Amino acid sequence: MTPTWVQLANLVAAVLFIFALKGLSSPKSARNGNLLGAAGALLATVVLFISGIPLANILFILAAVLIGSAIGWISARKVQMTQMPQLVALFNGVGGGAAALVAVIEYLEVGGENKITLAATVFTVVIGSVSFSGSIITFMKLQELMTSRPVIIPAGKWVTMLVAALTVIGAVWLVISPQVWLLVALLVLSLIFGMLFVLPVGGADVPIVISLLNAFTGLSVAASGYVLGNVLLIIAGTLVGASGTLLTKEMAKAMGRPITSTLFGAFNGTTAGNTSTGGDRPVRSGGPNDVAIMLGFANKVILVPGYGLAVAQAQGTLRELADLLTARGVEVDYAIHPVAGRMPGHMNVLLAEASVPYEQLKEMDEINPEFASTDVVLVVGANDVVNPAARTDKSAPIYGMPILNVDQAHQVVFLKRSMRPGFAGIENEILYDQKTMLLFGDAKDSLNKIVSALKNL
Amino acid sequence: MDGVALLTIFILSIFVGFEVVSKVSTVLHTPLMSGANAIHGIVLIGGITVTGSATSPIEITLGVIATLLGAINLVGGFVVTDRMLEMFKPKKPVARSDDGGAA
Repeated sequence: MTPTWVQLANLVAAVLFIFALKGLSSPKSARNGNLLGAAGALLATVVLFISGIPLANILFILAAVLIGSAIGWISARKVQMTQMPQLVALFNGVGGGAAALVAVIEYLEVGGENKITLAATVFTVVIGSVSFSGSIITFMKLQELMTSRPVIIPAGKWVTMLVAALTVIGAVWLVISPQVWLLVALLVLSLIFGMLFVLPVGGADVPIVISLLNAFTGLSVAASGYVLGNVLLIIAGTLVGASGTLLTKEMAKAMGRPITSTLFGAFNGTTAGNTSTGGDRPVRSGGPNDVAIMLGFANKVILVPGYGLAVAQAQGTLRELADLLTARGVEVDYAIHPVAGRMPGHMNVLLAEASVPYEQLKEMDEINPEFASTDVVLVVGANDVVNPAARTDKSAPIYGMPILNVDQAHQVVFLKRSMRPGFAGIENEILYDQKTMLLFGDAKDSLNKIVSALKNL
Repeated sequence: MDGVALLTIFILSIFVGFEVVSKVSTVLHTPLMSGANAIHGIVLIGGITVTGSATSPIEITLGVIATLLGAINLVGGFVVTDRMLEMFKPKKPVARSDDGGAA
């Protein structure tokens, strides 16, 4: 029996995990939230070692913990910022794998006497394995070890359904008549299903899948907690399962795609990355708060004004935003395209009217090398002057026109009234880029909302 | 602990999990996912527990692997999340209490 003080320490760890998730929901507290979570994990681990609960194979355990921690720590420190998503996918996968193994070992040690525990074991093995193999495929897609485009297997839909059906039958059979070979078969089937499940997903939808698999791992950890009778695992796993499910839904919504079309779209050939034209492609839209956070925590911001700024008469508000950012220590510049607006120098006039200091207005040739080192570009009512089709698409009417190299910045925010193409009537590929966020609405209205959100940051 | 008590904890945790992330900015989606990812690394505890009671070589081998994977998930998850969140550091620590410290 676990001593009471150990159970209490686990309770503290569980509360710390809740604070961690709560903290991670707001930019101010996110970093401390994460540290609280780490503190909770450290507490629970140390307490387990000193609890007096007899642990055989202690040297093996300590070696595994130390080596695993070192691998995790070093890979997390060394990874480049751009490769973080695949590392998270990988960490998620090994977590799912660990949960599945824990359930398998517990089964080997104790056997399947109790049917409810057996059902939890089966659940852990299936979901943990799916998460493991699915995450590995996701990792390979993001790391470009394989194509990031949807992989369509011939009759993939039917193969996947067959494997799913076999997995379910195997799971039920195992609960009725527990046998080791069946458990191994179930493990293999689940691994195959995990691959089939992720292969048809296109590049742009991969983040949503990582989030979903993250929730899966959470649930399998919770189920492994039931198998072991460990309350902390149940709480932590369930927290992740529930919050991860909600987060997956939110992410899908932010990308303008229902979750079902993300997961099953590929079977019908409609997933993102599969299409090159068309008006209903997914875009990532956000709210004024999101934009305010991006801008407020950036090091360097470039503002790109366009005709929409003039129409909305929002030059004063734009200046207010720039001043607020400067006061926060953000480096702010205005990028002025010669033909932005409807007349040459339109933007200079407009911004001079709002008494923007002239030094902050940068001409195209001066500002273009700066975009690659810029965190966020805020495009206010401009479109054609930032459209990379001018560089790449020979058939575009604006081909050859010099443009502002907005697409080189780390993140781009567009304030737009609608998805309508710009003056030249051509699609702008940046709008569909993953690093782009759109805030729809009147420019002045949107800027006002961003300004007030920034003040509350 | 009996099954009903565990079920109670499970159900209540679902509600807490939904509640804590109900208002999250899209900018924080990735760090939040990564932080949650780190939290389920607590499966490490499970790995240690089963390895601690393992007897046969196959059980010990699988247990060591599970423990290793759990530790990678747990430690790597928290460290990578911390790195992501470095961009949310306040830039001008003027007139603001130092909340991070040397930790």
